[in-house]
Amino acid sequence: MTETLFTNARLIDPVALTDSVGWLLVRDGRIADSGTGAAPTTKGETVDCAGACLAPGIVDIGVQIGEPGERHKESFRSAGRAAAAGGVTTMVTRPDTATPIDTPETLEFVARRAQSETPVHVLPMAALTKGRDGREMSEIGFLMDAGAVAFTDGMQVIENTKVYGRALSYARSLGALVIGHVQEPGLSKGAVATKGKFASLRGLPDVSPMAERMGLDRDISMLEMTGAKYHADQITTARALPALERAKRNGLDITAGVSIHHLTLNEFDVADYRTFFKFTPPLRSEDDRIAVIEAVKSGLIDIICSMHTPQDEESKRLPFEEAASGAVGLETLLPAGLRLVHGDHLTLPELFRALSLNPARRLELDCGRLQVGAPADLVLFDPDAPFLLDRSTLLSRSKNTPFDGARMQGKVVGTWVNGVRVHGE
Amino acid sequence: MAFRAQHLLGIEHLAPDEITTLLDLADRYANENRDRVSHKDVLAGLTQINMFFENSTRTQASFELAGKRLGADVMNMSMGTSSVKKGETLIDTALTLNAMHPDLLVVRHPNSGAVDLLAQKVNCAVLNAGDGRHEHPTQALLDALTIRRAKGRLHRLSVAICGDILHSRVARSNIMLLGKMENRVRLVAPPTLMPAGVADLGVEVFDDMEEGLKDVDVVMMLRLQKERMDGGFVPSEREYFHRYGLDAAKLSHAKDDAIVMHPGPMNRGVEIDGTIADDINRSVIQEQVEMGVAVRMAAMDLLARNLRAAKAENRKVMV
Repeated sequence: MTETLFTNARLIDPVALTDSVGWLLVRDGRIADSGTGAAPTTKGETVDCAGACLAPGIVDIGVQIGEPGERHKESFRSAGRAAAAGGVTTMVTRPDTATPIDTPETLEFVARRAQSETPVHVLPMAALTKGRDGREMSEIGFLMDAGAVAFTDGMQVIENTKVYGRALSYARSLGALVIGHVQEPGLSKGAVATKGKFASLRGLPDVSPMAERMGLDRDISMLEMTGAKYHADQITTARALPALERAKRNGLDITAGVSIHHLTLNEFDVADYRTFFKFTPPLRSEDDRIAVIEAVKSGLIDIICSMHTPQDEESKRLPFEEAASGAVGLETLLPAGLRLVHGDHLTLPELFRALSLNPARRLELDCGRLQVGAPADLVLFDPDAPFLLDRSTLLSRSKNTPFDGARMQGKVVGTWVNGVRVHGE
Repeated sequence: MAFRAQHLLGIEHLAPDEITTLLDLADRYANENRDRVSHKDVLAGLTQINMFFENSTRTQASFELAGKRLGADVMNMSMGTSSVKKGETLIDTALTLNAMHPDLLVVRHPNSGAVDLLAQKVNCAVLNAGDGRHEHPTQALLDALTIRRAKGRLHRLSVAICGDILHSRVARSNIMLLGKMENRVRLVAPPTLMPAGVADLGVEVFDDMEEGLKDVDVVMMLRLQKERMDGGFVPSEREYFHRYGLDAAKLSHAKDDAIVMHPGPMNRGVEIDGTIADDINRSVIQEQVEMGVAVRMAAMDLLARNLRAAKAENRKVMV
């Protein structure tokens, strides 16, 4: 029997939405007890949190790792270290790797690599269609048996609605979660910026934010038709929100996420064609950013993720239109998320509801909360500690972060997975 | 005398006094070119490389002539046929060229922002000869000089820019330059060829040509690129000409002394009627070509001065 007692902690409870000073006892990898009064005694280790915040570890849906095929961009080992340093205790990995993860065999390879290389939990997602080319559904049943927690073709939209409908119905029969990318493909094709003054000034191919609403509307219709369990990967525009709200009210099994980058940056951050600010979907207007933050606060948008997308220097040192899209985010997800707290948009429990609790609930995991019996996946952090981000210090193999040189607040002091410390001393 | 820029990447980065300085010098060069005055000493000993990643006969010839008139050693590199096709990245191409120590690098590239990217990697003066849909600063400057010489001023004029504004770097640079010099800019295009959000740039937007041309001093036509036909931006050339081609009837809505401009090459019968283009009382299209050489001479002259000053400064620091 091993015990760890955390004392003098600000306990961030995303279930009760409370933020109170207290103690938390971990026994044999699970949360055994907690309280706000005098701490009990323990024969095990005592961690004096000295007023720092103790929260359930982050469950990050949509992490891309370069295995198989592009280990030079990110290996399980480097991603695992980055995750531990960023307070991410569960990485839900994407199947849109160089070789798509669309067969049980590939999935087993990935799971084995993850198991041996990373200190944090790794839950793989698998492709919804073979080769992610939108023609034939993958072996959803076998893939689930092999451990796939969700099915998605990543940012590749399945254009053929017959194929998509069949995949959704089949997935429903197995209770599989499908994650969709809600951008109408015709309008979005070739676009690297959001339609508006900025894109016009810079002369970049642009897409109306309406493409997102159309993509979401289509998927909502598909859900009404099939009854599938569904998550929209990134909702980034104000115009998509009423549709999402209606779908939830109508009782569809739908949740939605947003990347931290769309919550903390806007289209003007691209400035003079800075390719580290190129995302799919592209960064939005400030009005959209604010609307989406409010939707996170109200709970309409359930989940914040990093959309961790490692890219090497060669993929980014290109003219904007040709450069690869995406950014690494495992290590910056929490400090960037804390910008929303310091900016008085969200409270700490609200932030962790979106970072930890809701993604865990969506994937039917028992982590993501500070409740007795839950796994002791924990992050201890000082929410105020200021620092200047230097991308060369990131543990990810790829250093493509839009926050290079940015002033940030919030440092991870320690990370625990199943009660075992995986980061910090 | 105020021209501080190290590169000419776009109009966006120029201040009004820099524009005026450049135009004053270009005006002088234009007159002296007519008088066959030689300026072989201005860029003597300097190397100018023209790097065109996109085909262009006119602009490249204009830059080449400008450099030669000023005595530079001019080299043309047609990038469409070189190492770029072998997979070399833009940055590597830039570094390779940089190692050859050019003084002036003239670049055209099909991607917006590519010239900015290149300028960060080389230590010579870079001139943007057009990047994607972004900017084409020397075109806007030569248009400005043409207008100034025809109208006697470059402020408080009403200028209509008509045609494919969406895909046009010429339009973007002109909108910025004319705005900086305090003119009224009107954009006329079918909604499919009008970029979003331009009304926020302080211009007036029209989709009716006659309305858009009402009482303007300058009519600036843009080229409709043939490949746009396939993109379904307009239904057909003949319908486009009917609604947006400049003919005598539409021009009659502009001021009686309005001038007609076109950056070339023209599609006669698509965006402009041949008789208007050839009307020496209205069309200044040939002058635009002439001013192009003068403006590029002025731009390279001014950048070379700043380059020499910077080098002298470095030497002082070294000593």
